[in-house]
Amino acid sequence: MATGAAIAVENVSHHYRPPKKRPVHALDQVSLEVGDREFVALLGPSGCGKSTLLYLIGGFMPIESGSIRVNGNLVTGPGPDRGVVFQHFALFPWKTVLGNVLYGLENIGVPREEARERAQKYIDMVHLTGFEDAYPNQLSGGMKQRAAIARTLAIDPDILLMDEPFGALDAQTRGLMQEELLSIWQRTRKTVLFVTHDVREAVYLAERVVMMTARPGRIMESVDTRFDEAGPGVMDRPEFVEKASYIWNRIKGEAIATVAARAS
Amino acid sequence: MVATACRYSPLLLLALMWEAAVRTGLISDLVLPPFSAAVEGWWDLAVTGDLFPQAFASLRRAALGLGLAIALGTTAGILMAWNAKIRVFINPLIQMFYPLPKSALIPVTILWFGLGDMSKIVLIFIGCLLPIVVSSFNGARGVEDVLVWSARSLGASRRQVLWQIVVPAAMPEILTGIRTALAISFVLLVSSEFIIARDGIGFMIAGFGEEGVYDRMFACIMTVVAMGFFADRLFQLFMRRVLIWRE
Ligand SMILES: Nc1ncnc2c1ncn2[C@@H]1O[C@H](COP(=O)(O)OP(=O)(O)OP(=O)(O)O)[C@@H](O)[C@H]1O
Ligand SMILES: [Mg+2]
Repeated sequence: MATGAAIAVENVSHHYRPPKKRPVHALDQVSLEVGDREFVALLGPSGCGKSTLLYLIGGFMPIESGSIRVNGNLVTGPGPDRGVVFQHFALFPWKTVLGNVLYGLENIGVPREEARERAQKYIDMVHLTGFEDAYPNQLSGGMKQRAAIARTLAIDPDILLMDEPFGALDAQTRGLMQEELLSIWQRTRKTVLFVTHDVREAVYLAERVVMMTARPGRIMESVDTRFDEAGPGVMDRPEFVEKASYIWNRIKGEAIATVAARAS
Repeated sequence: MVATACRYSPLLLLALMWEAAVRTGLISDLVLPPFSAAVEGWWDLAVTGDLFPQAFASLRRAALGLGLAIALGTTAGILMAWNAKIRVFINPLIQMFYPLPKSALIPVTILWFGLGDMSKIVLIFIGCLLPIVVSSFNGARGVEDVLVWSARSLGASRRQVLWQIVVPAAMPEILTGIRTALAISFVLLVSSEFIIARDGIGFMIAGFGEEGVYDRMFACIMTVVAMGFFADRLFQLFMRRVLIWRE
């Protein structure tokens, strides 16, 4: 087993077993390593098991076969070392934006004053200033998503598991949030596993893009996506465009397979 | 204010029709005293000082029975959702008692707990318990996994999740169950006092009915209606306050 891996997934399979229905084979023999402080993007057709993999690393569901280690320790349950941004936000609807962001800070024992300050800092960072006292029901999808991001970043976890964290954002806000995430990652050197459907986003943000097959999800290929140049300008460079279109074509094949499987 | 007046104008209309029906002789005043007589009777009872202590005695029984049912019912319902063993143990009991008309237990509670407060409180407790257990269970059962998961990854322990996530997430259903129980508590209160009691508003209704003092009987009935109405309104206001986040 390689040391230095922040996340080490080995031969993990997963079946969902809904009561009185056929089991769903979601993941098949998945092995994946994410190095310490590495930024990895996970791409794959809808329903291939990306969220499932994130949930398993998060420790939310029992692992039926294979093993997952985080910083060398077997995952047996959730913990604040792995911050999760959920695909559907999972904000607490009975708490205000501020209440949601404070929740984790209070749980990990940050003193009151400092917690307030930190919460405000992250609320400002995701541009929700002025919405501290709003309930999630009063927010748009994009605003909810940003509140969820602030809540997770506020507790400063070593590992970030992000499930399409910018999926509900408009292009402009998305660009801003991407830069924020990159700057946080560069400053605090977190390990990031980032699920997205946006190939350009994956290639731009991540050091490495991992592609998954259609269900049951398997790791298909891993592509190095580091470039010499930093900043959004890199997206116009030929080597960027080439990588992105290569990945796009690989994913497209899988997406077609998914649709074909659905139709049959 | 005006809007409220408009909303309740049908009630005023009903009172007027009642008055008119008796005055014109459409309905004999032997079976229905005119509305004005009932109001007069109410005033007499209120002034002589009998009505309020009796109503209070009744309210106290309802409050104690309901309060106990809330305390035990929410706990049981949430624990059932939390733990499969507890669920397996309690479920058959619920299935058996749920369809039972609770007024059938009136003779039993009187036999076991006497004619006083206790038999009524126990009856109301039993009647209110099940809707609260069931709604708390459903509420706690329906809490989305991802809410629990996000709390856990934000540093909450399993036990903290119960208080910080499951209870507030289940609160809308719990409160709906309590509102149902509140209505049930009035039904059981009046019917148990009606059948056998030494005091209370239901006892007064039965007493005046037997004596043929119908204006006072109707005065007491109107009082029960008002009590039930205001209790429910008050509870609805409380619900809206607690569930402000759903607006
Ligand atoms: N609770 C569940 N019960 C049964 N099947 C499930 C459950 N959750 C997910 N699945 C199935 O498992 C497969 C993988 O789901 P998952 O949510 O991990 O996919 P995904 O890659 O995240 O998809 P998307 O990109 O659309 O979010 C899907 O086919 C889905 O239908
Ligand atoms: Mg998903």
